[in-house]
Amino acid sequence: MDQARLSARHFLGSVTALRVATLIVLFLAWEAVAASGWLFEGVVPSSFKIGAALWDLLTSGAFYSNIELTLGEAAISVVLGAGAGIAVGLALGRSRFAGTAFEPYLHYLAPTPKIVFLPILLVLFGIGPGSKIAMGTLSCFFPMALSVASGVRQVDPVLLRVGHSFNLGRVAMIRKIYLPALVPPIATGLKLGLGVAIIGCLLAEIKMSNRGLGFLIMQYYSQFRIPYMYAALIVAFAVAALGNALIARFVRLPGR
Amino acid sequence: MDGARASARFGPLLAGLTAVAVCLGAWQAIAALGLVSNLIAPPPSAIAASFPALIAEEGLFPRFAQTFAEAFIAAGLAVVVGTPFGWWLHAKRWAGRAYESWVATFAAAPLVLLYPLFLVILGRNAGTIIAMSFLTAMPAVVLKTKEGLDGIRPVLVNVGRSFGLGESQLFWKILLPASVPTICNGVRLGLIYALISVVGIEFLINFGGLGELIDDLAQRWETAMMYGAISFVVLTSMCFFYLTEKLERWIRPG
Repeated sequence: MDQARLSARHFLGSVTALRVATLIVLFLAWEAVAASGWLFEGVVPSSFKIGAALWDLLTSGAFYSNIELTLGEAAISVVLGAGAGIAVGLALGRSRFAGTAFEPYLHYLAPTPKIVFLPILLVLFGIGPGSKIAMGTLSCFFPMALSVASGVRQVDPVLLRVGHSFNLGRVAMIRKIYLPALVPPIATGLKLGLGVAIIGCLLAEIKMSNRGLGFLIMQYYSQFRIPYMYAALIVAFAVAALGNALIARFVRLPGR
Repeated sequence: MDGARASARFGPLLAGLTAVAVCLGAWQAIAALGLVSNLIAPPPSAIAASFPALIAEEGLFPRFAQTFAEAFIAAGLAVVVGTPFGWWLHAKRWAGRAYESWVATFAAAPLVLLYPLFLVILGRNAGTIIAMSFLTAMPAVVLKTKEGLDGIRPVLVNVGRSFGLGESQLFWKILLPASVPTICNGVRLGLIYALISVVGIEFLINFGGLGELIDDLAQRWETAMMYGAISFVVLTSMCFFYLTEKLERWIRPG
């Protein structure tokens, strides 16, 4: 038994060593490419330059106003997209007829590239935060609606019968039976929806805007301030990862 | 009885199509009453009328071919690289433990945001579109290949070994056939991700097929044609997803 535990510990230790070794090799390869000038000068800057640029960004006040704007847009998008998604998901999931009639449209529309709708959203909402929020809302809506519709169909029929035998009305059924039973699919929808909402807002900012984290990335690109572009990209990835981690934590809660 | 069955089958389909028709009719009426400017939301009749010009003057079909060709090249590369990589993660336990979670993180990362980086390195050309779409499609192929191989029942492998099959025979006669359905699912996901990525990047960098067409039309304020091109992208994507789903179901046993 102890032998098995020791060998498992040895295996896990080797895996960690392999991961660390891989990271070191990647870091050295990056530095070698940066120092060699094989690519255009400055395209692959030394990681120390990127680190300095990141520090510059994180210590500048203007940077935070851009991040705040992007996070605010993403937050509003999630509230609107998730709210609409829950309402539509409930309607489709509760009625077999509605689900069969309309869900195929959602199912096949969901994976289409949403970014192509951006010109319409720009025409409708302008180049300000409105079009970014609309883009994020559209992105967040589909995973939430599909997740909730599927979740409603999996609600335990015993719970529904109990609700009916207590003569609960439609609103009471939704409040007392469906919504508590739907916490896991809503959490899953949020997990998928938050990620795509952040990406939607950032892409809309990158394509056309005058503020926000996406705008900063494009500004650094057009000014050829490459270390700053990398630094802003690192922050964008960190924001997306942090959002996913927060939701993943939330997703685990219902199971506890 | 037959009538009831037919109404249960076609009723929802008819209701769905009627709802689409009612929405289009309402949009047409709103535009006809002048409640919304034609520059912002042209009526469906104007969008439909723009298709001959989209085909003749804007090269809709060659652009369609270019977009789908780029998506197939990117997905093909993802299969060529991703399938052996997935097999390696399955075959070498230490590699699977060390790198599978990295591939999963890579799959969830917003890779499309890296496009300015690819523009700097590869330039504004098809190479950037294919390279980025390849990276977007590959994790799904890797993860599904590993999942398919990991999910093979040990009894199948034991039967193979008891018949004295070598490693290569075991792979071709047991492992590959048993994991094909899951790998096909990975290939389908890879194709979908590649298509989404190709259209998105074409739009963002204003280069290539359908994505560039939409951006061009938006910049020229050809609103009816822009709506037409967007509808075309959405409809062709939906048809493509439907057909690949059918194909995958046909390949999958049961």
